[in-house]
Amino acid sequence: MSLPNPFDPDVKLHRGGCSCGHHRNQAEHDQAHAQDQRQQQDRLVEGAVMRALFPRDAERRRFLKTVGTGTALAAISSIFPLGLAKEVFAETNGPLEKTKLSVGFIPITCATPIIMAHPLGYYSKYGLDVEVVKTAGWAVVRDKSLAKEYDAAHMLSPMPLAITIGAGSNPIPWTMPAVENINGQAITLAMKHKDKRDPADWKGFKFAVPFDYSMHNYLLRYYLAEHGLDPDRDVQIRAVPPPEMVANLRADNIDGFLAPDPVNQRAVYDGVGFIHLLSKEIWDGHPCCAFAASREFVTGMPNTYQALLKAILDATAYARKAENRKEIAAAIAPANYLNQPVTVVEQVLTGTFADGLGNIVQDPERIDFDPFPYESFAIWILTQMKRWGQIDGDVDYAKVASEVFLATDAARLMKEVGMEVPTDPVMAFSVMGKPFDPSEPAAYIESFPIRRT
Amino acid sequence: MKPTSFWAAPILSLLFFAAFVGVWHFSTQQTLGEVTVDPEYAALIGAQAATGGQSAMPGPLDVGAKLWEHIRDPFYDRGTNDKGIGTQLIYSIGRVLIGFALAALVAIPLGFVIGMSPLIYKALDPFIQVLKPISPLAWMPLALYTIKDSNISAVFVIFICSLWPMLVNTAFGVASVRKDWLNVARTLEVSSLRTAFQVILPAAAPTIMTGMRISVGIAWLVIVAAEMLVGGTGIGYFVWNEWNNLSITNIITAILLIGLVGMMLDTLLAQLARAVTYKE
Repeated sequence: MSLPNPFDPDVKLHRGGCSCGHHRNQAEHDQAHAQDQRQQQDRLVEGAVMRALFPRDAERRRFLKTVGTGTALAAISSIFPLGLAKEVFAETNGPLEKTKLSVGFIPITCATPIIMAHPLGYYSKYGLDVEVVKTAGWAVVRDKSLAKEYDAAHMLSPMPLAITIGAGSNPIPWTMPAVENINGQAITLAMKHKDKRDPADWKGFKFAVPFDYSMHNYLLRYYLAEHGLDPDRDVQIRAVPPPEMVANLRADNIDGFLAPDPVNQRAVYDGVGFIHLLSKEIWDGHPCCAFAASREFVTGMPNTYQALLKAILDATAYARKAENRKEIAAAIAPANYLNQPVTVVEQVLTGTFADGLGNIVQDPERIDFDPFPYESFAIWILTQMKRWGQIDGDVDYAKVASEVFLATDAARLMKEVGMEVPTDPVMAFSVMGKPFDPSEPAAYIESFPIRRT
Repeated sequence: MKPTSFWAAPILSLLFFAAFVGVWHFSTQQTLGEVTVDPEYAALIGAQAATGGQSAMPGPLDVGAKLWEHIRDPFYDRGTNDKGIGTQLIYSIGRVLIGFALAALVAIPLGFVIGMSPLIYKALDPFIQVLKPISPLAWMPLALYTIKDSNISAVFVIFICSLWPMLVNTAFGVASVRKDWLNVARTLEVSSLRTAFQVILPAAAPTIMTGMRISVGIAWLVIVAAEMLVGGTGIGYFVWNEWNNLSITNIITAILLIGLVGMMLDTLLAQLARAVTYKE
């Protein structure tokens, strides 16, 4: 509640009464008020549970009429710990500022936690009514997010950084509270290049990546450059929306792509291409897509933001477990979400897949879900933006990284949903065997022979 | 020339159609060869890929089955991103009609003014000439950026593409009303407002209607592309969503329906145009 204005002649300050005049003193007023709020919150939890149990309202009413409210409550409490759920909810959340949210996504498996939280009920678990909206491309996701049509969205992890520093759009403070997935991308080549597995033979190839500000672009450039090819001069790299990639590969417009799944697996499924390399072989554990929101949303609606983030973290924790992957694949494959054959999504998520060359590969870590937004990830991405000339001038790498990647929030909420939390938000890692020291970004860029600086 | 029977043209149409479907059927028909990979691997990939080929064009039978499936249940709703094709068409037609109506509200009065005043015509001409050839889709990023609402942006794109044909045709129609008629009106001392409504408007109506007919055609062409860009709802979104799934059957179905609706819109305006034509 808001504090009474002490300069308002109609408001009674707490001595001898309360601000609304209905209680004996302010303490009693506050207590009654808190109780009201608590009751509302409890209703919210009960409502969410009942909605989940009875998707059709008519059924719920019929059920309540036949057995009576008391029996119904007892019956439901026996299968679902209603009391505990209310407790958990009340402990962490004040009233939600907004319950109807709209979250944009691109139909790829990277968005799994954001998408699956809808059919598997994670949003309603936290009292939210989220509409997940399929979007045509990353530029549109960005514009719709900037236009506040989306409260939050699935973005590529370099995008919040690019939006914040103003590369490719006006600088607007953006945040990335969680990574969606790690690994899960691949380089796919057209069937006719079956025998050209050495990147040194790829001079003159045309490649597609989903967006200029994407891990795909940076990883492909990195991979090519490590093999001595200049990604700007020796090959052509175009931004092509994922759905058009397989069609272009089939039409021979491109020779290959570094793309998110299910695009790679779809190319194999349609007999158009083969998987040359999983992105985890370039950098095992690299971040890819992210859950992103404006700083305005994060600070303006803290409770809603936390509930939303928790729903997604909770979904991510579920998606991490290998035994749940088949169920998730079935949940997100229909037309409302990814719109792909179930087997394609299942091969991506389980890591037992056809590679397009006649082999069945088993790699359970083909895609994984780790939400923690390490600041060193952001610093690496910024070094690559700088390396390929996407940003000019000096960048305060560590500052931008800690402002955009909200590691503290993620750590706290991950703990609340029972996930393990890393102790240090800055983690050193290596890409293709070359170690990256996050404290020396400038020297790291200088160490590459092929660069645009 | 001998008069042809009433049935000759429809029968010929049917023959063309049958020939087309026949050629389509036989050129897409493919016998699946031997499965060249082991069965465990074959289960993971498409039927054509398993025989070493690529997944192929669907034949007319597949498309027909799909079309029937869509027509049988056009208004289903399986969540935000999966609605029936009827619902999608209604969204698209709605956007086209709103954008088109707004454009008519602006273009016809403005065209009148331009047509009646040679001075304003000359002053505005350079702007019209520059703005007219711009592809309406080029406005999309600008619209999204400034209007900040994807739905209104789509309507705006329809508005801007329907504006020019109507504007230019109205101006032309108004300017080329026969001088004799205006002179007669002047001799009879008809007020200028009455001249505009009772002489110029009926005289220019057929040209204006032609402009409107061109506009609605363009608007229907553009809405599909605009919806593919912004997504969300509409037949364009449907095509995009099925492209995403590489479902050529669904795309062909959508193409057929887009053609039919376009024809309906055009026929509707052609009827209106017939109502206002006159013989000199």
